[in-house]
Amino acid sequence: MHQGRLSSPYVPNTDGDRKAMLQAIGVESVEALFADIPEGYGRPSLDLPSPLSELELRRELQALSDLNSTPGRVPCFLGGGAYHHYIPAVVNHVISRGELATAYTPYQPEVSQGTLQAIYEFQSLVCQLMGMEVANSGMYDGATALAEAALMACRVTGKGRIAVLDTVSPTYLSVIRTYTEPQGLEIYLTGPDASGVQEDTACVVVQHPNSYGYLEELEALGRIVHEKGALLVVSTDAVFLGMFRPPGESGADIAVAEGQPLGVALSYGGPYVGLFTCKTEFLRQMPGRIVGKTVDTQGRDGYVLTLQTREQHIRRERATSNICTSEALIGTAVVAYLACMGQVGLRHIAELTYHKAHYAASLIGRIPGYSLPIDGTFLQEFVAQCPIAPGEVNRRLLQEGIIGGLDVSDRIPNGLLLCVTEMNTRQEIEFLAEALGRIAQSGK
Amino acid sequence: MIEETKTLERNRRLLMDRSVPGRVGVALPALDVPPQPLPAQEQLRDELVLPEVSEGEVVRYFTGLSQMNFSVDTNFYPLGSCTMKYNPKINDEVAQLPGFSQIHPLQPEETVQGALKLAFQLQGFLSEIVGMEATSLATMAGAQGELAGMLMIRAYHLSHGDKSRRTVLVPDSAHGTNPASAAMCGFQVVSIPSDARGNMDVDALRQACNSETAGLMLTLPNTLGLFDINILEICRAVHEAGGLVYGDGANMNAMLGQTKLGELGFDVLHINLHKTFSTPHGGGGPGAGPVCANSLLAPFLASPVVERATHSDGNKETYRLTEPEHSIGKTAAFHGNFGMMVRAYTYIRGLGAEGLREISENAVINANYILSALKDYYHLPYDRSCMHEVVFSAKTQKAGGVSALDVAKRLIDYGIHPPTMYFPLIVEEALMIEPTETESKETLDYFIRVMKDIALEAIEDAQVLKDAPHNTPNSRLDEARAARRPDLRWKQAEA
Repeated sequence: MHQGRLSSPYVPNTDGDRKAMLQAIGVESVEALFADIPEGYGRPSLDLPSPLSELELRRELQALSDLNSTPGRVPCFLGGGAYHHYIPAVVNHVISRGELATAYTPYQPEVSQGTLQAIYEFQSLVCQLMGMEVANSGMYDGATALAEAALMACRVTGKGRIAVLDTVSPTYLSVIRTYTEPQGLEIYLTGPDASGVQEDTACVVVQHPNSYGYLEELEALGRIVHEKGALLVVSTDAVFLGMFRPPGESGADIAVAEGQPLGVALSYGGPYVGLFTCKTEFLRQMPGRIVGKTVDTQGRDGYVLTLQTREQHIRRERATSNICTSEALIGTAVVAYLACMGQVGLRHIAELTYHKAHYAASLIGRIPGYSLPIDGTFLQEFVAQCPIAPGEVNRRLLQEGIIGGLDVSDRIPNGLLLCVTEMNTRQEIEFLAEALGRIAQSGK
Repeated sequence: MIEETKTLERNRRLLMDRSVPGRVGVALPALDVPPQPLPAQEQLRDELVLPEVSEGEVVRYFTGLSQMNFSVDTNFYPLGSCTMKYNPKINDEVAQLPGFSQIHPLQPEETVQGALKLAFQLQGFLSEIVGMEATSLATMAGAQGELAGMLMIRAYHLSHGDKSRRTVLVPDSAHGTNPASAAMCGFQVVSIPSDARGNMDVDALRQACNSETAGLMLTLPNTLGLFDINILEICRAVHEAGGLVYGDGANMNAMLGQTKLGELGFDVLHINLHKTFSTPHGGGGPGAGPVCANSLLAPFLASPVVERATHSDGNKETYRLTEPEHSIGKTAAFHGNFGMMVRAYTYIRGLGAEGLREISENAVINANYILSALKDYYHLPYDRSCMHEVVFSAKTQKAGGVSALDVAKRLIDYGIHPPTMYFPLIVEEALMIEPTETESKETLDYFIRVMKDIALEAIEDAQVLKDAPHNTPNSRLDEARAARRPDLRWKQAEA
């Protein structure tokens, strides 16, 4: 029986290999290779837990994951920027392929045509979905895509004030602030009539559907914004686009979305991918990577990273952004998802979501003590006004085995933002309504 | 030959060109609630065009695409500054456990204690490895970590009422993201030259440091693959001027258990989980770029971080998300790339302190083995032992008409991914080679043999290098044409 620690499966060098290699290098010991580290600073102790075998790792991680409650096993009505939608088996299969997952950024196009072509597909399908002219290969997530869109609008217009509709998600707003304020850009909030838009406003940022789930008056807003010479920057929802008019048909100059609903696991908030699109005239101010089609020396079609003079590795401090990833593998998941769904499938998912969410809203609106304070069109999220504090409602729902909605009472009195998708069964929806009824009863 | 060409053409047909109305790639459920009134027609879209293909076609298409890639799973990938090491499969598998992959980011904290505990422990592991006070996992890539770190430095100076610190010093060998990140924080970038030994020119640094210096951004080992021997002096010079030192952790694979950057004088740094901690690169993301800070800067970390609370009964620990006191704010919609955190956590737990130390040792041995075997064949601009990567120059070959690009493309014919080229910018015809610790001596010997052959070919048959690669789906591509006439999306073929 082997005693002590077995060598790591990730490091093939044996003691014999190391000895031979050190000899070839011409040093006595490995320490000699680290001689440039100042004296007294080398080989510090590391206080880390003892290593585990693969078997033990699996056990430990399983135990940690078992401490979490998983939507689907428990009914869950959370949205707020991440959405529980069905992921076809094919999607995970595709992105688990090592040839795609363990490749680097496709700077060497001859050995990266798989990744490059997948990104070209991504750009194509994202444009089609958003009704926009050009797309980049992806941003970190929906929030950073929106922040970069605001920055881009300032570059395009040469103006420094960013108007944000007061119905934009507070989280997204805080990411916009993180990205823009250090550059001396000014953020201010405005109502749905965009009354605060002035000649020095670079853009108006709107979420459609907004952070309460409801559609905004995009066309009307666009007219006001364009009259003042500003850009309309729209953040939208990906599944919403399966059914509703896309931002490109409603006057958007730059349109972004969180790509997660399109086949990407919730994964406690990431990794996701931000969809980023704009009008062709702004192409050269876009952040991020872009893939283009070209030909090789033998005249065959192929793909390359293009318009790279916008990017940090060429332009350095004058780049359009510091971003140097495109969440390519997550973008590939989006392409695989859209390929599986097709136009009929995506519309079907959006409609299932729509009908289920409205069924839930109709049940909840009829429960004594609850009301639906916002009158508007929505896809999957709506606000219910509760008879007691929404935080308390959520606590009691959890006692009944339901993960409730998002507490938005800081913005809407006793407001609870509920989300229903195709993943919620009729039983779950009715169980929620019954539980809310009981809470209203006992809360009196 | 005809057959092969046809296979390739099949791979190249885009999804939209494969689309046949009526096909679908997944079976979808029927509606199980009473239908609800639809919204007004003008709110709905008239047209949506997406590909209609069968499930089998989707799988075959993507499998075909994957076969046109080089990857770590299929090829030696000595791409300098990228740390293309083997990505352990157990990490991917546990990241897909439903308790991790299917949880919603806004769930009540009591329903995600396992996820929070994992993140809390990972924060602690990373802080310990680099010798820092605290870590935020909220940043989603190395470049975003840089942005957050520089915003922290900015916020620190402002919190001390110091509004004059507008410049950031960046060595001329730095990654492009460094000056780009500094610029996104509103800083002006000042470039600092390197000396003849590949270290930072300390005199030039001292001259550049003044009351406007916000800080220095420095990669250690630097992008020449060298450990800067003046590191203590460098940090001291910046600190004496009232500036702070930012560490670009791209090259951390050489430093595990060898030294702690926090002890050397760095104030804040980012770590690339997709490099040092083996999460897959994904063809250009997702990665993750946690930021670690010392006690001065920890209160400024990006939000959220995970904290541990001990309950009044004393024996039950709980974990919760919190915002650091003077946080620069949020850098993501949620909490960062959690899926990458699970993988990195698993990696560190599998290795422990000694396992991590062995990684750096073997990464450095492998790089030096290549250095000593090839230095008579390719010019070595800095003749000293390297860390985890070695930078050669193909300037000798260039004199004979063969560029670094030609050498790199010829490697593809031998099944080897090209090294990083023309970076760092201060080395003419640079070839930056990072073998990583996960490659065997046999693989390195093969690579060395191939590189020697190519050096010979450069003299005897330069054309074969200029025409390389020979057996890939595409030969060299016309990048100028791509930029001049942008074709960025599928369009309906004209009838």
